[in-house]
Amino acid sequence: MSLHATLRVPDRDVDVAVEVPTGRTVALLGPNGAGKSTTLAAVAGLIRPAAGEVRLGERILFCANGSSRFIPPHSRGIGLLAQDARLFPHLSVLDNVAFGPRSAGMPRGRARDRARHWLAQVDATELADRRPGALSGGQAQRVAIARALATEPHLLLLDEPLSALDVETAPSVRQLLRRVLAGRTTLLVTHDVLDAVLLADDVVVLDGGRVVEQGPTSRVLTHPRSSFAARIAGLNLVRGALDGDVVVGPEGMRVAGLVDDSSVEGMDAVAVFSPAAVGVYRVAPQGSPRTEVRATVTDLEPHGHQVRVHTAYLSADITPAALADLALTPGDEVVLTVKASEVAIYAG
Amino acid sequence: MTRSTRPGHAAYPRLGLPSWVFVPAALGALFVVLPLVAMLTQVEWSQFGALVTSESSRAALALSLKTSLASTVLCIVFGVPMAVVLARSRFPGQSVARSLVLLPLVLPPVVGGIALLYTFGRRGLLGHELDVLGLQVAFSTAAVVMAQTFVALPFLVVSLEGALRTGGQRFEEVAATLGARPTTVFLRVTLPLVLPGLASGAVLAFARALGEFGATITFAGSLQGVTRTLPLEIYLQRETDPQAAVALSLVLVAVATIVITLTRRSRTAL
Amino acid sequence: MRYAARVLAAVAAPLLALTLAGCGSGDESPRGGGSSPTSSVTAGGGEPKGDLTVFAAASLKKTFTQIGSRFEQDHPGTKVTFNFAGSSDLVAQLQQGAPADVFASADEKNMAKATGDSLTAAAPVDFASNTLEIAVPPGNPAKIATLADLTRPGVKVVVCAPEVPCGSAATKVETAAAIDLKPVSEEQNVTDVLGKVIAGEADAGLVYVTDVKGAGDKVEGIEFPQSSAAVNVYPIATLKGAQNKALADAFVAAVTSASGQGVLADAGFGKP
Repeated sequence: MSLHATLRVPDRDVDVAVEVPTGRTVALLGPNGAGKSTTLAAVAGLIRPAAGEVRLGERILFCANGSSRFIPPHSRGIGLLAQDARLFPHLSVLDNVAFGPRSAGMPRGRARDRARHWLAQVDATELADRRPGALSGGQAQRVAIARALATEPHLLLLDEPLSALDVETAPSVRQLLRRVLAGRTTLLVTHDVLDAVLLADDVVVLDGGRVVEQGPTSRVLTHPRSSFAARIAGLNLVRGALDGDVVVGPEGMRVAGLVDDSSVEGMDAVAVFSPAAVGVYRVAPQGSPRTEVRATVTDLEPHGHQVRVHTAYLSADITPAALADLALTPGDEVVLTVKASEVAIYAG
Repeated sequence: MTRSTRPGHAAYPRLGLPSWVFVPAALGALFVVLPLVAMLTQVEWSQFGALVTSESSRAALALSLKTSLASTVLCIVFGVPMAVVLARSRFPGQSVARSLVLLPLVLPPVVGGIALLYTFGRRGLLGHELDVLGLQVAFSTAAVVMAQTFVALPFLVVSLEGALRTGGQRFEEVAATLGARPTTVFLRVTLPLVLPGLASGAVLAFARALGEFGATITFAGSLQGVTRTLPLEIYLQRETDPQAAVALSLVLVAVATIVITLTRRSRTAL
Repeated sequence: MRYAARVLAAVAAPLLALTLAGCGSGDESPRGGGSSPTSSVTAGGGEPKGDLTVFAAASLKKTFTQIGSRFEQDHPGTKVTFNFAGSSDLVAQLQQGAPADVFASADEKNMAKATGDSLTAAAPVDFASNTLEIAVPPGNPAKIATLADLTRPGVKVVVCAPEVPCGSAATKVETAAAIDLKPVSEEQNVTDVLGKVIAGEADAGLVYVTDVKGAGDKVEGIEFPQSSAAVNVYPIATLKGAQNKALADAFVAAVTSASGQGVLADAGFGKP
């Protein structure tokens, strides 16, 4: 069943429209405070938007456009999986999973059978008799997934389901989600590019309570139009007006690159390039590359086998040897260069 | 429990407290304990048994336990919904409502008794209506229970509301998305999770009801076996037989101590 | 053990001091626990004057305050300080060493306790008496006319508990009248009985004549002949610990004087 949601929550300055086609997973990306959790809560019915409409298939769950309708959360047929597992501490694992079916009026025995089935689906059969307090984070999240699925929801909402897990546990739970989400209509809030790539078909990027970008995951991550999407894709993005094959960005920054066909002189465009394509110098190098930006180092951090140099607008990846050579510390003035052949310019 | 599984426990004693805090803490403890010790020294133990098992003493103790239990039940029946409404819903005038509900905490009990008298008494606000229904509250055991409930209710509401707020709504939200109706959420999630808070609130309410004096003597009167609870009996015995008053006071202290200890133990076991 | 006892004593001493301060007359009476006598005696045969502390039964509050201010006028330079409370409380305070010059009790039993403990300086003098009366709410809704009416079914009667003086008086009256009262409540003191009658909760209560008078028009009083079975006599005595015996004796004389008796009679007290 497909989800169509248009929501306005003035309290939190959120005004978004999100669609999830039947059987697909949409990732809701965005920085903290972008309105992701508010959107999720509004779809789940945990908060009531000031205006808009939430439709699941043909069923209107909420509308406040002239007429008014609000289906409470327990009647929406929407499952929710939060950051933390939130297993009921006073019930066994089995009864946690059986809670949904029981609430729907199923007799205890059948509800427990159903719970065992779903525990098997998440490889947690042996945990059935344990108390939630005796589970590890990963085990608890597996059980929470089984509990959410046991109600056979029409729509599954996932709110950063892996963010509370440690790095050893997250991959296996992510694999589990990948398996169980296949063919389910799912809205996934995340700030992790890996979740988006591995779990989502499409992404919607929120910033400041508005949708700033949406589309298939692969396109958004390779051709981001928003700085947030670029950042989580690990790319530099400069937005500005197109002048020939140059994007004129903030503070007169000029980035030259390869312009795609759709772009027209003078229109808004973005220049996107990898930090690995950025050269870092103490003084401007010989041969004057087309793109040369003066900047101040704000931060240095390890990034894989390299070191990422952050400045106000751009980032660069250099080798530790190069870093030692340059003897950089935050606050140093540097010159950044980018080869035009490594910069993609398209309509923003 | 081994050290490795509970490092916090092993490390706790090493957490430095400023040494001077022990002085006022000990003085405060002494201030509470010393009067009890002083009372113990006043008891004539040879007569203790006879004093506390006299007919009037037994009647007062039985009445006190019976009415305190009844008022604790009433406190739970009304206090739990009150706490849930205060903690979980939003309505205009909520903070005013909370202050009003908590008023008996700071009101002298005698004032509570007078207020009850002017509400449920013969010439009170509801007196005529109650009379028509054939209900006469004043001078009855029911009046004792009402007086106790009046003063004890805020204790239960306060501690339960605190527990509800601390617990938050995370589990209730999940339960709702799992398809549980509000009543199911309340009975199967909210209540079980605040059970420790409810238990301690109920104990506080019971203890408060057990010690209730001012509102009872003002609203319910004092008659052996009907309205004369243990505190009233103690106060009366003081007139003629201070020894009996001391002995009965000790019984009251013992009952309160037993109740509080039992509950603390059952809570730690939980 | 010795150490523990010392600590106990060290903590107990200030506590006790607090308690004693609470037991005192409650105003700025300049008495300093007897260590620094502030009262003075005029040398030679002149009128005695100085500070005087009187412990008196609560039911004497109105009359004694009046007698006291007259006494101050008649004895210039004199200041009378009262401590009004239940007679048994007052005796307990005196036994604990509370400083006072005169004690006026509401009954002979509590005065006997004081004389028994050799707290009094001279034999007590009876100065007033009080008898019971039926108090009913204004308009007398239950139409009470006699003591026997109190036994009518449905009539709510409130009395004092037998443990306190007004209650034992009620019991005596009950016996004398050969009736069996079924009170709905046995209160701690007269004030509680009166309170329930004033509030209309009770149809009738047994209290003293002076209480009915003192309550003004909030209750009506009904006399009954059997009240003579329980005449409550008020004794007064100078105390052994008196700082100023002459002044204390003068106050006792003022109470028993024609003027003092007049004040008491106006309040409803009978002759001793």
